[in-house]
Amino acid sequence: MGIIVGSIIALGAMGLTLIFGVLGIGDFAHGDKMGWGMFLAFFVVSSEGANLGFAGGRFGSLSFGWGLVVGLLVAMVGVAALSVIMERLVYRRLRVAGGGFFIFAIASLGMSIMLRAAIQLIWGPSNFRYTPGIHPAVEILGGIRVKPDQFFIVGVTVLAAILLYWLLYRTRFGKAMRATSDNPGLAEASGIDTDRIRRGTWIVGGMLAALAGVMLGLQAEVRFDAGFRLLLPLFAAMILGGIGNPWGALIGGLTVGIAQEVSTQWISTGLKPGIPFVIVIAVLLLRPRGMFGQSR
Amino acid sequence: MEQLIVTLVTFDGAVNWTVGFLTTVSIFAILALALNVQWSVGILNFGVAAFFMVGAYVSAVLTLPAPEGLESYVAGWGLPIPVGWLFAAIAGAVLAILLGIPTLRLRDDFLAIATIGVAAILRSIANSVEGLVNRSRGLNGIDGLLEDQVQGGGYRWVELVIALVVLAAVYWLVSRASASPWGRTLRAIRDNEDTAKASGKNTVRFRMGAFMLGAMLMGLAGAIYAHRSGTISPLTFSDLLGTFFVWTMLIVGGSGNHRGAVLGAVVVGFFWFGTPLIQESLPDWLGSRVFQVRQLLIGLLIVVFLLWRPQGLLAERDRVSRFVTSGPAGELPEGWLDKGLRRLRAARSR
Repeated sequence: MGIIVGSIIALGAMGLTLIFGVLGIGDFAHGDKMGWGMFLAFFVVSSEGANLGFAGGRFGSLSFGWGLVVGLLVAMVGVAALSVIMERLVYRRLRVAGGGFFIFAIASLGMSIMLRAAIQLIWGPSNFRYTPGIHPAVEILGGIRVKPDQFFIVGVTVLAAILLYWLLYRTRFGKAMRATSDNPGLAEASGIDTDRIRRGTWIVGGMLAALAGVMLGLQAEVRFDAGFRLLLPLFAAMILGGIGNPWGALIGGLTVGIAQEVSTQWISTGLKPGIPFVIVIAVLLLRPRGMFGQSR
Repeated sequence: MEQLIVTLVTFDGAVNWTVGFLTTVSIFAILALALNVQWSVGILNFGVAAFFMVGAYVSAVLTLPAPEGLESYVAGWGLPIPVGWLFAAIAGAVLAILLGIPTLRLRDDFLAIATIGVAAILRSIANSVEGLVNRSRGLNGIDGLLEDQVQGGGYRWVELVIALVVLAAVYWLVSRASASPWGRTLRAIRDNEDTAKASGKNTVRFRMGAFMLGAMLMGLAGAIYAHRSGTISPLTFSDLLGTFFVWTMLIVGGSGNHRGAVLGAVVVGFFWFGTPLIQESLPDWLGSRVFQVRQLLIGLLIVVFLLWRPQGLLAERDRVSRFVTSGPAGELPEGWLDKGLRRLRAARSR
């Protein structure tokens, strides 16, 4: 259970930490971008999408078929586009006007409110599911029961992490991204088109947010504030792994997810949301640069 | 707070609405002033609702009588209401210390991250721990200050006067604090932390002080709110109204300027609490969605003001003291260094 939730947190946190590292923006709208990804995919698999012929079918014992795959792609493209539009309309102008971290943070908070309100405006405050009905769990080693969907979630996370590794360490673009993250001024001086890097970072971050959102919708419910509620765990995973470090975020996400689920052994389920907060405070007190962060 | 939807058809209705509106806005203005104390020194608090909630609950449980029947909450000592207010402010400060110690000595951004989820956590604690604050049933029957002295329906006027008097006192306090040597040091820390450090200022301690002062005022606002509404439950303290709404007030009104914060509270408050009044005269497609639309606009206002009028309706004054006739701050507007660099860069690329 913890690994599943942890995978979803890790997916979101990898995008968040990338944006923080490369752009220096604490993106408080990241959770609501997940929400948008979740609902864009829902749009495709729900009745509106069915009219276009997407909803039918299932893969083996998974609870979904081609509809959700198409939905996933639509969500990734949609949220990436949304991120680029926000960069164009808001962040770039603020940057030109000389805004710093605080201004970006408040602007992202404003956009987070807008994104969430827009979801409610379009889809209303109700909860939805991608596919109705009960999806039975199957038994694996040691009597642990797992739903096939949950294998899929973990698989997607592993695949996304591998692709991200390839992008960052095996392509020129990734190299430029890492250079911009280390020293934006120097990167610009050495002829890197930093505007392009920024756009690319928003696209990658947006796609990861969309993935995380769809996985969250698959695991739990499709709800307008589901992404926003995950914001603190995302930041906890980011800080735990060291800001700007996607691998740290991956490990951090899994740790936060597992810690949350394991904690219910000792504390009441209602207090579970407090665990990421405790992790944040503990990391800040003991090792502020995170598990794998470099000291700056 | 949605109960404010009162028709304005009659004169009495209009007066009642205005009195209620002004009382609510005064409480929010206290929150906006408190947030301004923190924000104007570079402390990014995204958990206003948490401080507001702690103040409300602390004052409520201290002044309520002992729990009866199905109710279960701590304390219930029936203390006088001013004592409740005092402890609400102290509780806000305690929460600030708990959050400030791990974060304020580190990077600026960590406090923002640590505060983002605090309100949600406090809500879930209030909801799930039996015997603490009556869980989701909430606390009911909280007395208002001087309520037993007033007969008939005049009490709403007393509530308004209480809120306005406290607002005036808070305004006076924060204005004096900003103009004091302490406030000027804080401003110096915000504008250039390294220079302030070099002049021998313990910047962490100063910022902790500002964080605590703001938090105390937020707790006080919570106490006033609790005694005014008589009923509180975890749901009352949503992030939207408790935190984001206050941020919009501050950004719209003019961050860094106390008069701006109060003006922002009135303007944004009127926009928010006024929309239900026109709901019925709106076309159906809009009327049914008016609550989501106004939430969208709250976010939009933040972004629009940051882009086109970052100083807000009333800008922060550059002059720090009436003893300074003209200072460097007057000649060098904020961001002057960046502007110079940009001009240089533009010239080079030509």
